[in-house]
Amino acid sequence: MNQFLASVKAIVWKDLKAEFRTKEMLSSMLIFAFLVIVTFSFAFNPTLESIKQILPGIIWVAFLFSGILGLNRSFLSEHNNESIQGLMLAPVDRSAIYFGKVVSNFCLTTLIEAVSLPIFLILFDFNYSASWFWLTVVVVSGTFGFVAVGTFLAALASNTRSSEVLLPIILFPIIIPVVIGSVEMTKLLFAGGGLAEIATWLRVIAVFDVVFLVIPFLLFEYLLEA
Amino acid sequence: MSVNGARTVLGGATFVALLVALYMVFIFAPLPANVSDFPEVQKILYFHVSVAWIEFLAFFVVFVGSIAYLKTRSRRWDVLAAASAEIGIVYCSLVLLTGPVWAKAAWNVWWTWDPRLTTTLILWFIYVAYLLIRNSAEEDEKRARFAAVFGIIGFVDVPIVFMAIRWWRTIHPLIFEGGNVGLSPKMTATLLVSIAAFTLLYFYFLVIRLNIAKLRLEVTQVKEELRAEL
Repeated sequence: MNQFLASVKAIVWKDLKAEFRTKEMLSSMLIFAFLVIVTFSFAFNPTLESIKQILPGIIWVAFLFSGILGLNRSFLSEHNNESIQGLMLAPVDRSAIYFGKVVSNFCLTTLIEAVSLPIFLILFDFNYSASWFWLTVVVVSGTFGFVAVGTFLAALASNTRSSEVLLPIILFPIIIPVVIGSVEMTKLLFAGGGLAEIATWLRVIAVFDVVFLVIPFLLFEYLLEA
Repeated sequence: MSVNGARTVLGGATFVALLVALYMVFIFAPLPANVSDFPEVQKILYFHVSVAWIEFLAFFVVFVGSIAYLKTRSRRWDVLAAASAEIGIVYCSLVLLTGPVWAKAAWNVWWTWDPRLTTTLILWFIYVAYLLIRNSAEEDEKRARFAAVFGIIGFVDVPIVFMAIRWWRTIHPLIFEGGNVGLSPKMTATLLVSIAAFTLLYFYFLVIRLNIAKLRLEVTQVKEELRAEL
């Protein structure tokens, strides 16, 4: 078990170190999240009062679209210099690679979300008054489900001909429950709700998170056969 | 009896069953009493429900075939899953086409975000993704492996999607309520015969599609033998 955690940690450390050296993904993801929001503010008049109703949806679309950029790179970058071979030759359980990638993708995606969420609220002049703690729980649980299944499908897509085009097409239908749940919960919190209001949705997301952490864990070794 | 003979018998049985189903739908089954204008539209129920049932059966076969492939690594399971997914997509598209036709007549809208209809739409996207994965993997072995993995993931996702959409709909209630159509015994009998006929049609398609896959494999082998001789 300690051995396993150590290998997961090593992969996370490697990924984050490589990313923070170049900041290539972080900067593109952040700029893209901005662009989505700016595009939406031209598409819908941001000064209207009704914009508050659709703001949660806009925010999550921005999160997921920018998140996909990061997921796409997480395995494709390993194909440069055939470093994926190196990872597969490492004497560790294959699922350690999966968990390591999930953690590093999760760190990058939540970092982008933490930076961009306050800016979105400022741009749309939204005064958030409900609990920040539950908002964090909602963002973290939604992002986790998205990243858990996204990392798995990114590994699948990276081994095909049309990987970057394929990933969004195979990922979005699967994460529909996360999209619905996260947007609804964010909407309830924006309307001043608390745990009592979001409890049902939190359970749906929790089920999704657990299911799509366990199944990829069981199936991951089939993706990385040489 | 040879394989070809069995296929012909299955084809004949399917043909007869579909004729019987058509007779029962259009002549035997009574018109609904509680619909005033265009009660004939209700007839589409017999096709819509049958096709929807086959769609779930087809995707369940994909799921079973995918698990069996990963366990045994036998090509037969992969071919079965692929064939069933293709037929499933056709049936799924039929559900999505007959649904709006009925909805327009019954509720005067083409589309409603009813949980069942919406789940079917997502199901359609999931299995289109499944076929796209099959198209974009390069080697046969890899294609089978990736498709099997996605076939499992996709099927497991469906109940969660349905659950999420149902709760989402209770928050944004619809004016229209699907559900209880109120079937008389004659109507129920017609529906059951129609479901049976469409199930036979599914198996007939499946057998033909498996045969095509087998022939394709034989052609490849013959080509390789010829190439070896050169």
